[in-house]
Amino acid sequence: MVGIRSYGGYVPRCRINRMIIFGSMGWLNPANIMNSQGEKAVANFDEDSVTMATAAAADCVTGFDRGDIGGVYFASTTASYKERLCANLVAGALAVDESTRTADFAGGLKAGTTALLAALDAVGAGNANNIVVSTADCRLGKMGSVQELMFGDGAGSVMVGDKDVIAEFKGSFSTGHDFVDHFRGSEAKYDRQWEERWIRDIGFGQFVPEAINGLCEKCGVAPADFAKIIYPCYYGGARKKINKTLGFEPEKVQDNMQAVIGDCGTAQPLMMLAKALEEAKPGDKLLVVSYGSGCDALYFEVTDNITKLAPRRSITGSLTKRADLDNYLKYLVWRHMVPADTGLRGEEQKWTRWTLQWRTRKTILGMEASRCTKCGTQQFPPQRICVNPECGAIDEMERVVVSDKGGKVFSFTSDMLAASANPPAMYGSVDINGGGRYVFDFTDCAIDDLAVGKAVEFSFRIKYYDAMRDITNYFWKAVPVAEEAE
Amino acid sequence: MSEGIRDKVVILGMGCTRFGERWDDSPEDLAVEAFTECLEDAQIEKKDLQASWLGSHIDEINIGKGGNFLGLALKLPLIPVTRVENFCASGTESFRGACYGVASGAYDIALAFGIEKLKDTGYGGLPDSPAFGQMQAAIGPNATAPGMFAQLATAYSARYNIPMERVKEAMAHVSWKSHQNGAKNPRAYLRKPIPIEQIMGAPMIAYPLGLFDCCGVCDGAACAIVTTPEIAKKVKPNEDIVKVKALQISVSSGEEALYTDWDGAGMLTTQTASSKAYEEAGIKDPRKEISMMEVHDCFSITELATMEDLRISEPGKGPDDVLDGFYDLDGQIPCQPDGGLKCFGHPIAASGLRMIYEMYSQLLGRWPEDRAVKDPKFGLTHNLGGVPNQNVCSIAILGRE
Repeated sequence: MVGIRSYGGYVPRCRINRMIIFGSMGWLNPANIMNSQGEKAVANFDEDSVTMATAAAADCVTGFDRGDIGGVYFASTTASYKERLCANLVAGALAVDESTRTADFAGGLKAGTTALLAALDAVGAGNANNIVVSTADCRLGKMGSVQELMFGDGAGSVMVGDKDVIAEFKGSFSTGHDFVDHFRGSEAKYDRQWEERWIRDIGFGQFVPEAINGLCEKCGVAPADFAKIIYPCYYGGARKKINKTLGFEPEKVQDNMQAVIGDCGTAQPLMMLAKALEEAKPGDKLLVVSYGSGCDALYFEVTDNITKLAPRRSITGSLTKRADLDNYLKYLVWRHMVPADTGLRGEEQKWTRWTLQWRTRKTILGMEASRCTKCGTQQFPPQRICVNPECGAIDEMERVVVSDKGGKVFSFTSDMLAASANPPAMYGSVDINGGGRYVFDFTDCAIDDLAVGKAVEFSFRIKYYDAMRDITNYFWKAVPVAEEAE
Repeated sequence: MSEGIRDKVVILGMGCTRFGERWDDSPEDLAVEAFTECLEDAQIEKKDLQASWLGSHIDEINIGKGGNFLGLALKLPLIPVTRVENFCASGTESFRGACYGVASGAYDIALAFGIEKLKDTGYGGLPDSPAFGQMQAAIGPNATAPGMFAQLATAYSARYNIPMERVKEAMAHVSWKSHQNGAKNPRAYLRKPIPIEQIMGAPMIAYPLGLFDCCGVCDGAACAIVTTPEIAKKVKPNEDIVKVKALQISVSSGEEALYTDWDGAGMLTTQTASSKAYEEAGIKDPRKEISMMEVHDCFSITELATMEDLRISEPGKGPDDVLDGFYDLDGQIPCQPDGGLKCFGHPIAASGLRMIYEMYSQLLGRWPEDRAVKDPKFGLTHNLGGVPNQNVCSIAILGRE
């Protein structure tokens, strides 16, 4: 039985109230008041689609042996590289074996479900198993645009396999339309769109029902058979019309989270699917539809295994971890939309040495430590000679992944001198659970969240961006977490 | 069995420029200024120098690499110039090289030089550079020196369960005292006494370090000419001579940065180097025997922790001694009588030799009464290069006969 074995989701901690954006840019486009309800999720200054997809994928594989992962597919229209496979970054961060199938999916917004279909097909054909599909987007609209208000940042992930599936794959129907409602040229930073009435009436209004009807016909089911219908569409009127046309009862239609996250592009269907799976019951039939350059419609049936799945943060958990971004200009600076002076220190050269990145990839991406087989001391980064002064064994190390172990703050500071787009720069020594100590950047926190002994988890983040060479470089940072009750 | 350096080498002469923002002076100007004073003090001629060691830290905006700078600037007579670089210990390293050169018998008279021209950086603090190599640049934190040293304070406060307010108070006294001393020194960079309240209320640089907890990096040069006791007696038959009693270096092993036993509240290297230095100098009880010190107060917390690392203050009792005035100019062991890095200034590789210059001058009773340490016997200098969890420490102990 082929289907979904697991799911995960990620919503960045920062949320901006749309009225803050309107308050700054409403003068340019007063009609945008109509789009200014609620808040949207915003990637932190050190987050992008790769890091968010990694977070969702890590959430997805909670409770699973990462050694069993047989593929990593990444889907996004906002990948940090045109040439450099971002799926390899996600796979590296998951510390997946390198003899694993990896692929990036891009282009239209339906790329997220296309990646999922590709995974289902590969598993179905017996060519790969346990493929982690992770999708993320971080699309930009120009200042004052509709898109700026409607788009949000986030990631969703599922793992596809043929054993113990929580949702069996029953069938799919796809369309491809060169319907250019939104587009970005190869050099474009910002989304462009055609008239909204056209997008609403022809795009959503015709293509979504077309895909759903196509699927129903192909699979011999009726729209009413589904317990949850999942499709992206941030036009409230169009959603109502689609629901009415197809006879969907409102409570069966999955909320698009427009009021709390915004539209996350390629990630949107999988984020909504993750949210639906959080609440799904065995026997539920789920209909997942993507939209953008056509549609993919996928039909799943939830199995008993869903009750056995390990708890995870997913979308709901991510949503509770929030911080207000109360400054529109900060958002613009984080997205490199306006030039900001981080001082001459911030202009110093950041060199990325690719040879070094290659030979140390398991340390940098996978956060692999070494553990001395003589004395048991875990140490990061990996050492040849054991750092325990009482031991000093040479080349007696085994490798151990520590990215999911977390740690405790040993010392910390918040630094106004260091060049940062989000000052003060916070960092400090962290004692990694199981052994080893290293100085990490802290992120997703305020100075008041830091204290000696405070628990942290590790999060894959942008280490720095080299604007001169357009290099986004990644490493792990420490995020303070609420103490577990003792 | 090694004998150590004690009493084998003496200082024949020294020079030290005014430290500060020497906007209009080139490294050559600084070098000539320090060297002219030094040569005059040593009462020898340039041709008597047989070898030299040159300390400088930052390559890019300073004097470049290699030893050529010194040969060219001073027009040295084609003698060896060996450049040494070991973070903030670079000046003391050059002194150590010259002393070992003389002690080995390879040379009779050698020159130790330290210079740094930092005020061509374009921004405050030390220039950003991959100082610990490319791997650390790839995965290390977005850190600065104050932020790395600030963690000493958070770890110290946790280690000894001393409230941060008390630690801050002691740190403020450390800086207050150095400003008092620096104000009296015509060669110091910062020459203004600062009230405690202003220090405590200063803007935060890296929590919990405020503006006045940080030393000022600047331009400067210092140098020493060293020789054997026998030659010194011939050159200066009727003068007091300052002898080298101990020279020690200790470099981090990774125990502090990567292992989890280190308490983070002090420097293992300082503890190690000072213990060896006391033994080399024949000092049994440093709190009783050391007369004065110039230590590496790159940040006030560094000085505070160093008092304990040097075993002058008991562990956890540094703040008590500091607030009691034990380290004030009129205290039991004056610390930073010249103003320290805090006020005399910190041109990285010149600092070690500047400290030695102060101890040397105090031992010879050269300073006016208002900044003279009374009847000093042993003077200790201490540098800490790098950051608390990954560093090099140098200790020198000097004494009169």
